[in-house]
Amino acid sequence: MLLCGLAVLATLALIVYELVLRSGPSWHAFGFKFFAGQDWDPVNEHFGALPFVYGTLVSSFLALLIAVPLSIGVAVFTTEMCPPLLRGPLSFFVELLAAIPSVVYGLWAIFVLVPILTNYVGPFLARTLGWTGLFTGPFFGLSMLAAGIILAIMIIPIISSITREVLMVVPQHQREAVLALGATRWEMIRVGVLRNARAGIMGGIILGLGRALGETMAVTMVIGNNPQIVKSLFAPGYTMASALANQFSEATGDVYLSALIEIGLALFLVTIAVNALARLLVWTVTRGQPARANA
Amino acid sequence: MPEAVPTSALHTVPPIALRRRITDHVMTGAAVLTVVLVLVPLFAIFAYLIYRGFGSVDWAFFTQTPRPVGEAGGGMANAIVGSIIILGMASLIGVPVGIGAGIYLAEYGRNRFGDAIRFTADVLNGVPSIVIGIVAYAVVVLSEKHFSAFAGAVALAIMMIPTITRTTEEMLLLVPQALREAAYGLGIPRWRTTLSITLRTATSGVITGVMLAFARVAGETAPLLFTTLGNQYWSFSTDANHHLRLGLDQPTAALPLQIYSYALSPYDDWHRQAWAGALVLIILIVTAIAAVRFAVRRGTFGAA
Repeated sequence: MLLCGLAVLATLALIVYELVLRSGPSWHAFGFKFFAGQDWDPVNEHFGALPFVYGTLVSSFLALLIAVPLSIGVAVFTTEMCPPLLRGPLSFFVELLAAIPSVVYGLWAIFVLVPILTNYVGPFLARTLGWTGLFTGPFFGLSMLAAGIILAIMIIPIISSITREVLMVVPQHQREAVLALGATRWEMIRVGVLRNARAGIMGGIILGLGRALGETMAVTMVIGNNPQIVKSLFAPGYTMASALANQFSEATGDVYLSALIEIGLALFLVTIAVNALARLLVWTVTRGQPARANA
Repeated sequence: MPEAVPTSALHTVPPIALRRRITDHVMTGAAVLTVVLVLVPLFAIFAYLIYRGFGSVDWAFFTQTPRPVGEAGGGMANAIVGSIIILGMASLIGVPVGIGAGIYLAEYGRNRFGDAIRFTADVLNGVPSIVIGIVAYAVVVLSEKHFSAFAGAVALAIMMIPTITRTTEEMLLLVPQALREAAYGLGIPRWRTTLSITLRTATSGVITGVMLAFARVAGETAPLLFTTLGNQYWSFSTDANHHLRLGLDQPTAALPLQIYSYALSPYDDWHRQAWAGALVLIILIVTAIAAVRFAVRRGTFGAA
């Protein structure tokens, strides 16, 4: 049994060891400039990962922007407003969203979501919000926007199930106390429930972010895979994870391979930091500790 | 008439209260709207999957291997078998290790070291699957010098372990302490108690964890991309002496990989087969999850 426990530790150690070891050549060649450089040129073996970092961050934050209000709304509805009969099926359906494999999301996005975006949503956004500069230029569907939307659909179940969990541990007499002061239901939810649970909700959001950062297949299938930094969300982009998915098995040359592994190492470190933070936040709430004002 | 003012004021709603009530209704409406907005893509995905999938699944899909490019027909028989082989091997590696680690945490892990393992398992759970693919590539593929089903199984096993470990621990902790003490009282050694009494009592709970882990990795594509690589043919073959070679050390087709490459192809018939593959994959996963929910609902798990 101890051996199995050690195996868990050893696995993580192995991951760190392999990533650090094999990203060495790239680290020696480019140093910190690796994450500041903009040109990704396998032929001349010159690598800068900034476009991938940019793509990962923008697509993930776009996903959060869409997913956070929706997930909190669903969680609030299922815990506070929903008739008990609906509660079970509703949470089951949202869980089902989490069970769909990434590649199936990608398949659906290519054949259903992208055509809808190009034919209806894209022109509408260009007309109404074109002045922001975020929705300009030619739009062929495979874009940062499509990636953000499919990521949002994928992280909604995570954020909403954790939010639900956190809302359910808010003590019932909190709600009763606020209601007794003459609050309406929404005021009760805002003052009595959401305010008490905000550290945990934040944890859920960050956990969703962690998932979005590392998500590979669905994003690779719809983001367009073009390493560039452009303001418009209509333009194709590239993420760290999709760079690995597309280029890893055909990477020729040690520096190319190790540059890709260095991207993997960066992705690994970021997701670990994000996940640790999220677990800490969820833990402070569900362990029954009072969420302090500055917690 | 100044006297009339107080009586009518009693019956009219003060403006602030009205605003508060409107806010209440608006926010309730907004919550319902979010539920609708979340359910729409869910139904859209399932409806489209069933519509395209059932229209595409045919006998050939389960019995034939892919045809050459541009030729219609064929199926994903090799990918289905490949997926079964890879998932089977992954379970053979991941399940014992995961359960073992879970037992260690529940029975011996009430200390710093146990906390370290618990934290590590949670960290492993959050590692992006593509990164685990890189590690399996570096460890297995580079040392064996070729892509193989085994390398993919290693990657999937690493992904299964944390889920199994944590659920096993939780389920074992549900077993009442009195049951263990009764066993000790009969003079049964600790290891024997753990295996025959505690683990036995929690069997269905542990199986729940295994199924969840299985469902989680069954659709994984990213860690297979550069470990099993994919294959248009059967991975097993017969050698000169007509002995069957399983080809576990060969590049192997897998259902998610096949869906991925067919989805990105320009051929309609391959798109059709990608949908069929997605439907088969989803049915597999949803069945596993429904079985888990059914077991939990019946309360047969753990000592609860």
